[in-house]
Amino acid sequence: MTKKELSVRAIKNGTVIDHIPATHLFKVISILGLDKIENQITFGTNLKSKQQGHKAIIKVAKKFFADDEINKIALVAPFAKLNIIEDYQVVDKKVVELPDEVVGIVKCFNPKCITNNEEMVTKFSLVEKQPLALKCNYCEKITNEEHLEVI
Amino acid sequence: MKNKSLVSISDFTKEEILRIVELAAEFEANPNQKLLDGKVVSSLFFEPSTRTRLSFETAINRLGGGIIGFTDSSSSSTSKGESLNDTIKMVSNYSDLIVMRHPLEGSARYASEVSDVPVINAGDGANQHPTQTLLDLYSIYKTQGTLENLNIFLVGDLKYGRTVHSLLMAMSQFNPTFNFISPDSLKMPDEYKLFLDKQGIKYYEHLEFTDIIEESDILYMTRVQRERFSDPIEYEKVKNVYVLRNSMLDNTKDNLRILHPLPRVNEIHTDVDANPKAYYFEQAENGVYARMAIMASILGLK
Repeated sequence: MTKKELSVRAIKNGTVIDHIPATHLFKVISILGLDKIENQITFGTNLKSKQQGHKAIIKVAKKFFADDEINKIALVAPFAKLNIIEDYQVVDKKVVELPDEVVGIVKCFNPKCITNNEEMVTKFSLVEKQPLALKCNYCEKITNEEHLEVI
Repeated sequence: MKNKSLVSISDFTKEEILRIVELAAEFEANPNQKLLDGKVVSSLFFEPSTRTRLSFETAINRLGGGIIGFTDSSSSSTSKGESLNDTIKMVSNYSDLIVMRHPLEGSARYASEVSDVPVINAGDGANQHPTQTLLDLYSIYKTQGTLENLNIFLVGDLKYGRTVHSLLMAMSQFNPTFNFISPDSLKMPDEYKLFLDKQGIKYYEHLEFTDIIEESDILYMTRVQRERFSDPIEYEKVKNVYVLRNSMLDNTKDNLRILHPLPRVNEIHTDVDANPKAYYFEQAENGVYARMAIMASILGLK
């Protein structure tokens, strides 16, 4: 019996973020600020997935995310699954959940909104999960899935 | 409500709204109270709005306060590329209160976050204009003796008119019945009708401006603006349909009052002006007292 080969090497301790849509890998990296930390990070993209066609996976060594930190990626990777690894073993599994407040991730679709005309952080409150509807804290307009743009 | 910014009408509770209305009546009875003596109010008009600015500045003067500011952005540092953040930070160091009009939506909320002193939104683009709503409420209260259980007719552009949307939200706390009269293309948006449904408030929609107004306590007229129509023929068709004439008021209730945020174009015929039910010019005057009440309570002086 041959051992199934992993596309992305296993980590000893840390977090595996699986089932990221392949198209959103780099958005996830940027939302979590993974491009700015010193931890060892390996990732794979355009991997075959039974559920979503092409998926991406990220493995971050020695990093454990707080819930409100990881929930930020729910907008771009709503079906992401987290495996918490200790000594090569999965010790915990988590799914992501849309946060009630979305700060600094999404662009308001209203061109006349102050957030699109001033250097500042966007802020939305979650109005509806399915279909997604976010209300801008500033101009009070609703940005929906169709117009969703991640900064 | 001391030190609380007024950005959106929903920032004020029902009790706070009633407090403002009662205070406005107090100021109307005794308009020269130097409560703002020694205070400086910034009046920042990033776009011109003569009516609103003069109303605020009259209110500040009557309260004995000093005014600094500008009347359009070409005379401010914005024309040199200064950010709103920087302008507000600077001005909040100089003054006790900021009154701000800005063409961008959400600018007032942002200013209230950046500023160390309270901010009163005097209109942020098509978004909110809460002091207009409070003066409308004061006008309704003053003419009807109450805000409760009134039959309110909203006529004209119900789709884009921010004043009617804010008025609808605020009045919803007082068990009203609404009647909406507008062309099909300018109907009240679904989000507001859903809101009324949730609150269990009755509303009726009409396409025609007929003797149905005989049931009304308040007839709130708005301007149908040419620029809202992509098809000029469509505008020509509707612009003369929603015109109020004196003859239409014959069988209306004695307590009926006609309101309009002004400026009017042709939607209220000038023959209505002499009718005692016409109230739009007094309504504008009420704005001064409502704004005195708002500023005095935000500064904790009343």
